[in-house]
Amino acid sequence: MLEAEGLAAFRAERLVFRDIGFAVPSGGALILRGPNGSGKSTLLRLLAGLLRPAAGRLTWRGMDALADTLAQARRVAYVGHQDAVKPGLTAAENLRFAAAAARVSVRDALAAFDLAPLAGLPVRLLSAGQRRRLALARLALSSGPIWLLDEPTLGLDDASIGLLGALLASHRAADGVVIAATHLPLPLPEAAELRLAGA
Amino acid sequence: MKLFIALLARELRLSLRHLGDTLGALLFFLVAGALFPLAIGPSPETLGRLAPGIVWVCALLAALLPLDRLFGADYEDGSLDQLLLCGLPAAAIALGKALAHWLATGLPLLLAAGPLGIMLRLTPEALPALLGGLLAGTLVLSLLGTAGAAIVLGARRGGVLLPLLVLPLAVPVLIFGAAATDAAAAGLSPRPHLLLLCALLAGALPLCPIAAGAALRGAAE
Repeated sequence: MLEAEGLAAFRAERLVFRDIGFAVPSGGALILRGPNGSGKSTLLRLLAGLLRPAAGRLTWRGMDALADTLAQARRVAYVGHQDAVKPGLTAAENLRFAAAAARVSVRDALAAFDLAPLAGLPVRLLSAGQRRRLALARLALSSGPIWLLDEPTLGLDDASIGLLGALLASHRAADGVVIAATHLPLPLPEAAELRLAGA
Repeated sequence: MKLFIALLARELRLSLRHLGDTLGALLFFLVAGALFPLAIGPSPETLGRLAPGIVWVCALLAALLPLDRLFGADYEDGSLDQLLLCGLPAAAIALGKALAHWLATGLPLLLAAGPLGIMLRLTPEALPALLGGLLAGTLVLSLLGTAGAAIVLGARRGGVLLPLLVLPLAVPVLIFGAAATDAAAAGLSPRPHLLLLCALLAGALPLCPIAAGAALRGAAE
């Protein structure tokens, strides 16, 4: 159970949002919606512990989640709006670091997004959608219970969205939590919705 | 520990894949060192007298070259967020980066310093002091440079700011490093200077990664 109460965040001197509260039960999902600049990405970074909240509280299973950012980092898997892949490395090499602490092999993570045939190709030869799939393949390597996704389906084809849907469903079936910011329809059945209007 | 080794492997793999950037510092070191005999004349006495200083200044400047991209690329493509969320403390990430910078830049500089010193007519007795000093010195420079690179991360014109921040901090390394070689060339013991360099290393080893880690968290916000 991930619960937030009265969260507020500043970017530089500007108040991005305030009084954000929600509760996502184990196995639940939350979709963040709102116009550009309403703070969806900022909220995801805040939940990941990359950004300190200006006010409010975040609790995970009843404990303060942001008190120890290192513990929170181990709980979350974050896919930002940037793919965070290195063009000079191959698809498999890009995942190797993320796989260091994982129980899943790089090969299985690539297969989860149908990238196995591209494993040996340098990422600079991949298309934008294929890079996005590679970024999402990190989720398959993560053992963290909280998945934070920033526009996960941007540039993905229907088949890949289906693969993402399957991965998200199995994560939720294992009592994981998914929070995603998007403008597009997501394969997250029975997800709650949070509208950010901006401050 | 497993994660730390994986981080190091990732950094070294990236350095190998961008061999041009990695070798750039080494080539700069050799070319800059080779310019001095052309400018001040090939007389062995003058060159031999100046050699320790030349090698040290060139090594210092060459070690600064790749610092600009040490965190820059990761910051721009979002990898820095992934590194910060990988489960290692930010200071450990900075330490890994510093170690990778030393292995990719400091170690090649150390290997090239001997031939460059001989080329500049450094007396053979001073060579062990030069290399011993550079071993500790390049490690300190990698640590200081990592802290500097993390601090200027996200600043406009960070590439200009970085040498201005790191070079003054590197002055003690330069003084004791060159003094150790000078002492050995004059037949004195380089030991006190080398011990002072090791003391600098002992101070930089815990402090620089902590400062760099805090700066990385700040840059990610």
